[in-house]
This record gives sequence, structure tokens and C-alpha cells, in this order.
Amino acid sequence: MPAVSMTVNGKAVSGDVEARTLLVQFLRENLRLTGTHVGCDTSQCGACVIHVDGIAAKSCTLLALQCEGAKITTIEGLAAADGPLHPMQEAFREHHGLQCGYCTPGMIMSALDIVRRRGNDLDEHTIREQLDGNICRCTGYHNIVKAIAAGAKEMGKGGTTQQAAE
Amino acid sequence: MSATGIGAAVRRKEDFRFITGQGQYTDDVVRPGETRAVFVRSPHAHANIKSIDVSAAKAMPGVIDVLTGAQLATDKIGNLICGWMIHSKDGTPMKMAPHPALAASKVNCVGDAVAVVIAETVGQGKDAAEKVKVEYEVLSAVVDPAKAQAKGAPQIHPDIANNTIYQWHLGDAKATEAAFANAKHVTKLDIVNNRLVPNAMEPRAALAEYDAGTDNLTLWNTSQNPHVARLVIAAFVGMAPEHKLRVIAPDVGGGFGSKIFIYPEEVVCLWAARKLRRPVKWTSDRSEAFLTDAHGRDHITHAELALDGNGKILALRAKTIANLGAYMSTFSSSVPTYLYATLLSGQYDIPQIYCEVDAVYTNTAPVDAYRGAGRPEATFVVERLVEVAARQLNLEPAELRRRNFVKSFPHQTPVIMAYDAGDYNASMKKAMEMADVKGFAKRKREAARHGKLRGLGFSAYIEACGIAPSQAVGSLGAGVGLWESAEVRVNPTGSVEVLTGCHAHGQGHETTFAQLVSERLGIPFDSVSIVHGDTDKVQFGMGTYGSRSGAVGMSAIVKALDKIEAKAKKVAAFMLEAAEGDIEFKDGKFTVAGTDKSAAFGEVALNAYIAHKFTGAELEPGLKETSFYDPTNFTFPAGCHICEIEIDIETGKSEIVNWTAVDDFGTVINPMIVEGQVHGGIAQGVGQALMEGAVYSAEGQLVSGSFMDYTMPRAHDLPSFHVGLTETKAPSNPLGIKGCGEAGAIASPAAVINAITDAIGTEELAMPATANAVWAALQRATPRQAA
Amino acid sequence: MYNFTFHRPTTVRQAAGLLARNPDAKLLAGGHSLIPVMKQRLASPAALVDLGLVEGIVGVELKGRSVSIGAMTRHADVANSPVLKEVMPALASVPGSIGDPQVRNRGTIGGSIANNDPNADYPAACLGLGATIITNKRRIAADDFFTGMFSTALEEGEIIVRVSFPVAKKAGYEKFKHPASGFALVGVFVSKRGPDIRVAVTGAGANGVFRVPSFEEALKKRFSPKSIEGLTIPASGMNADIHASAEYRAHLVGVLARRALVKATA
Ligand SMILES: Cc1cc2nc3c(=O)[nH]c(=O)nc-3n(C[C@H](O)[C@H](O)[C@H](O)COP(=O)(O)OP(=O)(O)OC[C@H]3O[C@@H](n4cnc5c(N)ncnc54)[C@H](O)[C@@H]3O)c2cc1C
Ligand code: FES
Ligand code: FES
Repeated sequence: MPAVSMTVNGKAVSGDVEARTLLVQFLRENLRLTGTHVGCDTSQCGACVIHVDGIAAKSCTLLALQCEGAKITTIEGLAAADGPLHPMQEAFREHHGLQCGYCTPGMIMSALDIVRRRGNDLDEHTIREQLDGNICRCTGYHNIVKAIAAGAKEMGKGGTTQQAAE
Repeated sequence: MSATGIGAAVRRKEDFRFITGQGQYTDDVVRPGETRAVFVRSPHAHANIKSIDVSAAKAMPGVIDVLTGAQLATDKIGNLICGWMIHSKDGTPMKMAPHPALAASKVNCVGDAVAVVIAETVGQGKDAAEKVKVEYEVLSAVVDPAKAQAKGAPQIHPDIANNTIYQWHLGDAKATEAAFANAKHVTKLDIVNNRLVPNAMEPRAALAEYDAGTDNLTLWNTSQNPHVARLVIAAFVGMAPEHKLRVIAPDVGGGFGSKIFIYPEEVVCLWAARKLRRPVKWTSDRSEAFLTDAHGRDHITHAELALDGNGKILALRAKTIANLGAYMSTFSSSVPTYLYATLLSGQYDIPQIYCEVDAVYTNTAPVDAYRGAGRPEATFVVERLVEVAARQLNLEPAELRRRNFVKSFPHQTPVIMAYDAGDYNASMKKAMEMADVKGFAKRKREAARHGKLRGLGFSAYIEACGIAPSQAVGSLGAGVGLWESAEVRVNPTGSVEVLTGCHAHGQGHETTFAQLVSERLGIPFDSVSIVHGDTDKVQFGMGTYGSRSGAVGMSAIVKALDKIEAKAKKVAAFMLEAAEGDIEFKDGKFTVAGTDKSAAFGEVALNAYIAHKFTGAELEPGLKETSFYDPTNFTFPAGCHICEIEIDIETGKSEIVNWTAVDDFGTVINPMIVEGQVHGGIAQGVGQALMEGAVYSAEGQLVSGSFMDYTMPRAHDLPSFHVGLTETKAPSNPLGIKGCGEAGAIASPAAVINAITDAIGTEELAMPATANAVWAALQRATPRQAA
Repeated sequence: MYNFTFHRPTTVRQAAGLLARNPDAKLLAGGHSLIPVMKQRLASPAALVDLGLVEGIVGVELKGRSVSIGAMTRHADVANSPVLKEVMPALASVPGSIGDPQVRNRGTIGGSIANNDPNADYPAACLGLGATIITNKRRIAADDFFTGMFSTALEEGEIIVRVSFPVAKKAGYEKFKHPASGFALVGVFVSKRGPDIRVAVTGAGANGVFRVPSFEEALKKRFSPKSIEGLTIPASGMNADIHASAEYRAHLVGVLARRALVKATA
């Protein structure tokens, strides 16, 4: 089996995988990082969104081998274990941006990518358009949109487009 | 109101684990030596199985075994059942066909499982599943409920004539007929309530483990009601006795009804785990979910409303054909009957109602309760009829509603329900103000200037929740009682665990239930934790659906807390050396009336356990109480939703420009969570009205079998919602809660379609009202109407 | 997904060599068409040749009167290219409308064009601008490249390295999104470059992307939405499915062409 190595949430990791192993399988099954979810098999729901070298991607539509040498950030890497939550995580809690929580990791990772691309001052229309790749069945999006706007603002106060803790 | 008590928008306890990626959903659970199940599924909607050859599959790498329906039968694993008996008009019981977990001789829908591969990995399992050779004799299929009963339609189950499960009715046919005969005006509508796929974002999953040493089976599954799953799998499927079967539903990623039911995959995983002595896990692909999760709705209805010359409703009648799919799912029979026809009175005083329902088998996935279950279908019938009647009579739709609202309570409808409290005009009035209905005409003119059509649609819905008084549902055919249990365990240090038979999968029980306990016992919110979803921890419970957790589940907690207080007072009496009758409890403190003697709740708890102040003869040590609460009535949440929509004349595309919802949920424990439930419900209802629809080809292939073809509402399809509340308390439970989980989904489809038909000037428009459908309706409408 | 062997060449020549040596091999670009079909087990290449590390086939460049886009340039990078936004914003808007942000972060122009999904956006832009597809072997005019649903003029082992778009003064793209998938239910690209007037339609045709000669003819008199007012195309030959009838698609072609023209002439 081919070997693969990459950096995940700041840690160097490696493993032997079948070539057909998806990044999401590598994360969930090999690394036991189960915060990244799978909600579909047609690359549409966004439950699996992670960052590859700082850019959001659907980990169900990437081979682990394509990520050789890449820096991956997952939901588990946003806040240090003993540190404060990332402002975007905090915003989702504060604004009730989640119910069952299944879409949430993908939503938060996508939200950070919106901030990366569109900055800290996000209007409702922009957020809704930019959430095209993420499906939530619980919230009706109302509070997700609120959370992202607030989280983006808060990140701006930190003076950066603050990504992961690492 | 305290910062964490009843009525406070407390931030949720459960969120930390979800926003940090530490939720534990079924697929996240891993057991040592775990194997993976991959199902071999029928590609045909209707076929006889001539033979199954598993030999090539068994020889594939990583394969542990391949099991079939024949082996399942040999091992005497029983069929899945529908647990609600419905009798036809002629008194005959419903016709429930056998539903084996693996089909052995015949398949009745695409996706019917015929074999299962147990392999080391999913990849290997899928490779091997392709090697299972199944020889089918393909039969012609029927998917359309309107055609299922026709002469010459394919017979799906032997001995079940015309594919008809039951022919049921409710109400007084003769009296209704007479009322229609005297009517000045009759409004008639043909309605299709489109078939939906629930699509909770977490696909279903099951993980089964067998402990040979103790002969115990454990099942982790995506369930809204683990105890009911255990009961059915033990008592009907006969897998293992209840005390040898533990069911754990850990974090569950949404349910909306689809995870109430007991499914074949759970049965097969348990069976295989015991047979192979290895844990067996199955996680549904989304494509599999489309084929195998129980779908929702799928009604065809002809409905009529009779009115007098003053716009007063005299009677309503409806004839519905309900598609239940290839097999009767767990609660399927109750949905188009007692959860549907009993709500056909809406918010209105309607003297006579008569409803007939035929339930039929078709070669499609089973259909069962989906958010709202029967009540969205009823609301759609009533609210479309009322709106269209108003238009035909040239009355303001609000005025027609006002003239017919039920205004005094209790109100007995002609269809079983006795409404106990409500103020329907109050919610409509508030909604009309919030939606600025007065300014609509101006906005419509403005829109016309930009080539857009604007419409306004109301939906004044009612639902019956708090499901349900056990005796009542028993008399209607339910196989179980629908009470709820709670156990309150006070620890010696004064912290509290509440074990509930409800199950949260997004509703936030860990927060709202703790709010109740913390307020009632006067202890910190963080000192309360909620335990649910494990049959080894919680003794029994009925789970979460039908907006029942507040009205029924929390009432059970209240009852248990009453007992805790009573016992704690006894302990306090010994501690404070006072008569029990003199002990008062307030804000977490026990005091002796007329003295300054007091003891904090924590001190009393400790004394209950150390038991130094009383003898065993005087009082049992410990502080733990249980209650089984059985509601005395349904609850009747109601409200008014108003949808304002804008339509692009050239493309037919509609955009919701404003949504107002004013609901009466009785007491609200946490407004933040309640609003969230409303938002989510509206989104699902808008989905049904504008975009969602499960479509089968005539051959029984699911054409809309993935998110590529089944349109899920996305953020840009929806606006932000304006949500308001009115309040009349539910008299039937101690907290006055009515329930809020389904309201949005029940109210919204009618509001959307009323708005679009208002805009385009024709009533001929089926759901989902896609851009194509609206454009086509505009083409059919006369130019005057379209202008 | 079936298993396969995985290769990561660093030059086009190496990639071509790997394709030649591995009979059932396929190129992997962004993987956002190929991986989903492999997951559904509808494609089963024995080997994947990943273009991810191949040098020299990424980026957007203005070369005289054309814009040259490397095959491995991601949709997001084309959409945000300052050069392109300056000289031909209509073309930048095409990848900007593809799928969702995550798809745009991975999918590439080469992959999209090679795939020629009948509902894809780029084929409309290629045909609507008269682009040239440059492979490791030859140059192919867009008019000759798209040969039907999921089929192109590419030969076995041929690799797209670049796509060259002539800069049109007037151009516009209007897309009506497929409600579920986000692809083009119908998309129309219009352009005028001197006397060359093009109207290209994706999503609607049963055989993939096509041009509308009747509209182009009408626009020769005056390149304006008015010129095609009331013009329609026949519904025969249009796709029909649960999302849109052939009549509706034909109708949308007219509506979207006019809206694209409004953009192009704004
Ligand atoms: C959820 C989702 C939504 C989408 N929405 C849209 C949309 O709205 N509009 C749209 O147009 N597309 C859409 N797409 C498709 C997307 O644009 C793909 O990225 C694109 O079609 C393929 O590009 P790729 O780089 O991912 O190619 P791959 O998937 O890697 O490859 C596709 C095919 O092209 C071949 N190939 C790749 N590169 C080359 C090359 N340089 N030379 C020769 N052959 C090559 C491959 O062998 C393969 O057969 C969507 C995809 C997804 C998953
Ligand atoms: S799992 Fe649905 S997009 Fe990746
Ligand atoms: S919170 Fe449940 S899917 Fe989004």
C-alpha cells in the first residue's frame, strides 16, 4: 500500500493507505479525527469541509494521496485543547448556529474560508451565496448566517483573518 | 426569571462538543475487531428472486461472510412490523404484509436488501457485493398511488387485493352530505402532497456487538427512540429478550421522523454480529439513504369546502389516497389517519367533516412520519381550501378566517380532537402587523414596475402535539402507550442527573431540561446533567417525535421533581428538627416556617445519603425518584404564518421576500431554541413547497436519488425569518407547554402556495412549485391573470 | 471506488508517458468530476495520473489579444484573476458561477473542458468566445472540440495544457442554476469580436453545448437584446428531465440570451 504523509492540525502524520482512500477516510479512520463528517456521496453537502493549505475543500472529494505534503486543518485543530475557542466556534454557540451539530464542523470550516476570501464585514446576501456548498437540514440557516457575520466581525477585532490555533 | 431558568435564552450545553468536533455519532463509535456490512440491494422495483449465488463474493479479499434472507429465516429472525392497528370502514383489520429484513423470495422496491456482505473494510465489502449473483424475474411495477388500486395493477403482496391496506374513514358522512346540499358555495380542490425524502444530514448507521460470555447484544444506532427499537427488535423480531439487548443512540444528527422507525439494517447487523462473533457496523451512503429511509407525505386528495352566503364554513370533506410504499413502516398506518384527518377542522369551527382514506402499497420506499406527519397534509388541505374559497367569494382571506375561527374553548371538533386553549385571531393579528399586510398593495405595484409578480399567502395552522394520552391512542389502535418517564437522581453533593426517555437529536434537551431542573431545585444550571439514549441507563421511554418532549417528557420530570421535593422535605424535617408540614422549599433552600432555621438543597441531599439524622425505620435513605407521566390531552400549538413572494415573470423563479411566523406554543422554556425549531421547520416546509420531491419513474427507479437531483433548501434559497410568539398555556400539562418542533413544517407549504397562486392568478399549481412549474402555470393562466 | 495505482508526474511529458504505459489510466486534475463518478463506481481507471505537481500549466496570462489559461488553473483563481477581470470580466464570471466555493477551490478549467458535462459552464464560454484548446499534441478550435455529451475531440493520451480565449470587447454570461446540482440548467454565453458574433448554450441541448445561428444572425444587424426580442428556438432537441421540460429550456435560452446581451452591452 502506498505511504502518505502530511501535517494535520500542526502535527506530522503518516500512514499506509490504499490509493482509493479518500482524505476524509484517512482523517476519520486512520487518525480518528471524527469531527469531519460525511453527509453525502455526491460532493454536495459540505459536512466534510476541511482546509488544505489554508483553503477550504471537501475532504470526500480528495484522495489522501493528493494531499501528500499538504497542511490540513480540521475542526479539531481550530482551538488548542486547553485554549479558548476560535471566535467562529464561539459565534456558532452564541447565536445558536447549530442544532444536531452534524453539519457544524463543515459550516465552521467553510465560514472561515468565506472570511479568508471576503473579509470580516460580511452582509447576509454574501454569506448566503457563499454557503452554497453546505447543507444544513436543522437550522433553516437563519442562525448560521447570523453566527458567521458575528464570528467574522469578532475575528476582525483580533486584527487578523485568524485561522487555526497552530 | 433567572439567567438560566424557564424562559431564558440559555446557550446550549451540548454545543461545545459539536463545535469542537467531539460529538459522538454512531459512525464515530469504533469497537475492537469491527467489521463492515455492505448490503446487496435490488436494482428492480418489483421482481421475484430466482436464485442468489454468494460463492464468488465469499472468495473476495477481506470477506468474512455473505448472508441471505434464507439464512435469516432459518435462524428464525422475525419480520419488521407496523405497530398501529387501523381498521377499515367495514371493520376489517389493516392488511400488513410480511417485511423480512432481507428479502428471500421477492423484492418490492428498488433498494430492497437481498443479501449482506460482512467484510473487513467498506471498500472490500463493496467489491464483494458486486460479485453476489442474484437472478431476478422482473415484474411490472406500480409507483403511483392513484394507479395502485386499479384493476390489473401489479399485485405487490400475495393475498392483498388491489394493493389496498385499509379503507378508513372518520366523521359523519350523512350529516356532511346534508350540509353540502344546503351550501351556497362549494370550493373544490385536487391536491397532491408531494413525496419527500427526510434527509437528516447524518445518514443512518448501526453498530452491533455480541458478548458471547454474557450472551448480551449491544446496538448503537441512529435512533430517535432507542427503547422502542429495543422493544420491537426483542418482542417482534425476536432477536434477543429485552434484558439481553442494549440499545444506545448516541449523538444523532437529525431525525425529523425518519429515525423513529426500526429498519432492516439494524436487525441484520445484530444478527450478523452474533452469528460471526465480531462487531458489525453499517453506515448508510446518502444514495442508500434515498432508497431506504422512510419517505414522507405522498397523498392524493380531493377536498371540498361548503360555505353559506356569509362566508361561514358549513362542512368539509376529503378523499385521500395515501401511498405507504412497499412495506408498512413502524408507524406508517397512523400518519394518514389519526395524525391527519383529526386535524381537518384547522383553526375553524366546522360543524361537519367527513374524510375517507385509502392506504395503498406501491413499489416504492416505505412512507412513514416525517416532520409534522399527517398534520402538514391536513393543514395544506384546509388552508388551501380556505384561501381559495376567500378568493372565489371576493373576501379578504384574513376576513374569511376570522369569521370562522374557533373562539371559545374547550371546542370539540367533529373529528375527535377537543381543542383546549388558543387565541387564533391574536396570532393572525400580530402576524399581519409584523408582515405589514397593509403595505402589501404598494409593494406589489412596486414589484410590477420591475417585471415581478408579488403574492401574499397565509397559513393559519393547528397541530396536535404532546403525543399522547395512552388510553386515547390505545383506543385508536396504537400498539404502545405514549407516556414518558423521568428519573431524577440527586447525588450526595447536590448535583443532579436526570434520566429521560426522550431523545435529543438537535432539540437541545440537555439545556432545556436542565433549565427546568435548575429553576425548580434552585441549584446551578451547571449542576444538572441530562442522560438519555441508552436503554441500560434509562429504564424506559418513548423517545422524541411529535413535539412531545416538552409537553410530555418535561412534565414527567416535573412529576419526579415533585416527589424529590416531598422526600427532601422529610429529610430536612429531621435535619432541622421540625415537623414535615412546617418545611418550606424555595430558591434551593429548605426553611422552617416562622423560624430562621434553614438548610440548603445540597446539605439536604448529603443528609439523605449519609442518613445520620434518621433511622431506617423512619425514612429510607437516598434521594432518587421516578415518574411515568401520561398526558391527559393532546396539546394544540397553533399560529399564523405569512409568506410574501416575488416571481420573475420570464423565468417563473420565485423568491421569498418576507416570512412572518407568529406561533402560540404555550409556555416557552428557551426562546432561542424555540425560534431555532421554527426556522428549521419553515425551511423544510418551504423545501416541500418550492423544490423537494421524490420522483419515481414508471418502472420504479428513484429519479431524484441524490442531492444532484433532489433539491435541498440551501442558505440562498431562504430569507431570514421574522418570528413572534403569542401565548395561551396548555391546560393539560403542569408546565403549560404545547410544543414547537413541527409547527414550521406544518404551516409553511400552504403559505408558500397561497402566496404564489395569489401572485400568478391561477390555483392550478402543484408542489414543488419549481420555476418550471410556475412558468408553465403562467402560460396556462389567461393573459389578464398573468399580467 | 475501485482501487487503482496512483502516479504524480512533474512534467507534461512524464504524464503523457505514464498514460501511454498504463492502458486504463486517467488524468486526475481537480478530481471534482472524476472522483465523484469513481465513488459511484461508474468509472474504474486502473491508474490515476495526477496533474497536481505538473509544472507550467497553471495561471492566467494576457498574451496579445488573447487570454491564456493553464489547464490546471482552478476555478477560483480564474474567477479572481485581476488580469482577466480587467480585460474580460464576462469570462471571469463563468468559473465564478460554477458549483460552490469549495468546488471552485479545487476544480480546474482543463478538467471541466475535458469532461464536457452537458450542464457545465466552461464549454459555453469556450464555444461562445471561439477559444482554442491547446494540448500536448495540437491546437483544437472550440467549434471542433465539443463533440457531444461527455465527449470531446481529445484522443487517447492527449493532455490539455492551456486554453486560449480571444479577448472580445463585448461579452456576457447568464446562467440559470439547476436547483439541485448548481450546474447550468441553461447557460448562455454571448460575445462580439469584430464581425464574429457568437451565442453558445449549455445545459439545454440533448447533445451538449451548441451555438444558436438564428440568434447570431439576428445580432449581426445590431448587437443588442432588442434584436432577438421574441425570437425562440425549437424545443425539439432540448433536454427534458424532472427539473425542466424541453419547452421551458428552449424558452430559457431566449430569456438568458437577452439577459447576457444586457450584460454584454452594459
Ligand atoms: C458539487 C459540485 C458542483 C459542481 N458544479 C458545477 C457547475 O455549476 N458548473 C460546472 O461547469 N461544473 C461544476 N462542477 C464540476 C467541476 O467544475 C469540476 O471541477 C470540473 O468539471 C472538472 O474539473 P476537475 O479539475 O475537477 O477535473 P477532474 O475531475 O480531475 O477530471 C475530469 C475529467 O477530465 C480529465 N482531465 C482532467 N484534466 C485534464 C487535462 N488537462 N487534459 C485532458 N483531460 C483531463 C480527467 O481524466 C477526467 O476524465 C461541479 C462539481 C461538483 C463536485
Ligand atoms: S460529504 Fe457531502 S460534500 Fe463531502
Ligand atoms: S445542525 Fe443539523 S444539519 Fe445543521
